[in-house]
Amino acid sequence: MATVDLDNIKKRFGTTEVIKGVSVNVQDGEFVVIVGPSGCGKSTLLRMVAGLETISEGELRINGRRANDLEPMDRDIAMVFQNYALYPHMSVAQNMGYGLKIAGLPKPEIAAKVAEAARLLQLTELLDRKPKQLSGGQRQRVAMGRAIVREPSVFLFDEPLSNLDAKLRVQMRLEIKELQSKLGITSLYVTHDQVEAMTMADRMIVMNAGVAEQIGTPLDVYERPETLFAAQFIGSPSMNVIKAEGREGGLHVGEMVLPNPTGVEGPVMLGLRPEHLVPDPEGPIEMQVLLAEPLGANTLLHGKLASGTGFTASLPGVHRVMAGEGALRLTIEARNMHLFDSETGRRLG
Amino acid sequence: MAREITGMVERRGMGLWLTHLLMIAGVLVIFFPIWLAFVASTVTQPEIVKPPMPLWPGDRFVENYTAALFSGVNVPVLTMLANSMVMAIGIAVGKIIISLLSAFAIVYFRFPGRNIFFWLIFLTLMLPVEVRIVPTYQVIAGFGMLNSYSGLIFPLIASATATFLFRQFFLTIPDELAEAARVDGARPMRFFWDILLPMSRTNIAALFVILFIYGWNQYLWPLLITTDPSMNTIVMGIKQMFPSGDDVADWPVIMATSILAMVPPVVVVISMQKLFIRGLVDSEK
Repeated sequence: MATVDLDNIKKRFGTTEVIKGVSVNVQDGEFVVIVGPSGCGKSTLLRMVAGLETISEGELRINGRRANDLEPMDRDIAMVFQNYALYPHMSVAQNMGYGLKIAGLPKPEIAAKVAEAARLLQLTELLDRKPKQLSGGQRQRVAMGRAIVREPSVFLFDEPLSNLDAKLRVQMRLEIKELQSKLGITSLYVTHDQVEAMTMADRMIVMNAGVAEQIGTPLDVYERPETLFAAQFIGSPSMNVIKAEGREGGLHVGEMVLPNPTGVEGPVMLGLRPEHLVPDPEGPIEMQVLLAEPLGANTLLHGKLASGTGFTASLPGVHRVMAGEGALRLTIEARNMHLFDSETGRRLG
Repeated sequence: MAREITGMVERRGMGLWLTHLLMIAGVLVIFFPIWLAFVASTVTQPEIVKPPMPLWPGDRFVENYTAALFSGVNVPVLTMLANSMVMAIGIAVGKIIISLLSAFAIVYFRFPGRNIFFWLIFLTLMLPVEVRIVPTYQVIAGFGMLNSYSGLIFPLIASATATFLFRQFFLTIPDELAEAARVDGARPMRFFWDILLPMSRTNIAALFVILFIYGWNQYLWPLLITTDPSMNTIVMGIKQMFPSGDDVADWPVIMATSILAMVPPVVVVISMQKLFIRGLVDSEK
């Protein structure tokens, strides 16, 4: 049980600053997901919390205690690695019990804790196997087991599911989330997969180029993205962003005129989520459909606006629209329109 | 039963016979001198000297080998075998320990001059024993280590090859493993002992075989620093048995000694063959 506080954490490699000051207070028992594209510094941030990278500037507190200079083992954390990092020559039981063995626990106690964790993760049958003889999902569970047996105050996950196939990923995602809420252990979870982030997080940190673009609950980020980056990164297919200008009569996009919910003036960036678009013969938006992707539950229509800007709409159900069939008119509710400053990319209103 | 196909091309008929014939001929050519040595070690001195040399073993096996083992020409062969064994095992084990530790230092620690040290080690690859033999002799003599096991072993114990090999192997081990161990609370030496060492065991076995034979076959160095016959190693001992001047060579005993000198390396290779091949072929990760 612990809180984790990051206070303006920075990381420099030589003169390049890769983390440009991240602050967040993780509550006790909270599941925080750090999400961002590759190279945004999310793994580095996690590794700084783990103690595998030094912190160039700022303060890290675990349970209120300054942890900048503590060794990983003294931070009371456990980490699950992307490639699992199981010790290949040890059996599953030995892998899970290794940390306890180093801590000097008596053998019967180690065995009991390993057995308990194995029961929790359905690994009991596999305790004598070597990592080589396990499937990807099983290895993943062993890595989880190794983290659990030590009863740490903080779990750190570094893209733990990215080596699994899609179906297994969904299953393990649920298992991890379930386990975490059952054990109630504070967790930091790094991923590049926004679906993982949306489904697992109590709160998420959207990172881009070493900066935390937005910190909030998944739905907060989805409904009120603070920056253009967060708006486009979260949501699938990603948000349409088009140049617009606030003038008399509403928001002008080329020939089209949309309602102006905030009454903003001048050039802005307008964000419209594909799934919020509704077909309407009278609608203000007109797109040329070039390609339809039927997904079953919904259909993705890719095309462009009169101005040539690419545009995507996601309509529920099956629409047998042939590509090049012509114009499609759409409308959108004013509350689903997102406006961003055209220079800073910050949210307006 | 299904016919076994062992190669890319299935060989049958004449091709099969021809290749086997060639193989057998090759083996015979290589094996023949060893066979002759064995034959010579089982007959009497006059039988060897008399022109057509016998091609089949005689009846003096026990006598000749007993003579070699327990009295020899200068020293009993048993003593020389023991000396060789101590030297070969000392060199192999010492080399493995030192190169494991130096590779560990070079790969896992960042210290000033790390690269310089690595390249210094690497440079010594270019300096075989023979090149540095005079200064090495001087040093060993200065330390008073002539005619001693430490004198036989220490100068040969540093190994750039083995260090390099372990370095390459350690580099293939994912960094996460070291990090996982760190998170688990393992200090560096604990990590070395619990994780690296067991993971390197096939490499260690392969190296042991190579280094044991390297140590066993040392000739020049023992010849230089052992003047006391009781410190002779067997490989140089064989040469020492050759007569000088008008002495008569006791060929059966010399040949028995040669055969005996071959036995330990063969035993080591055969008993560690499985590990040896695994060490060379697969990289366990």
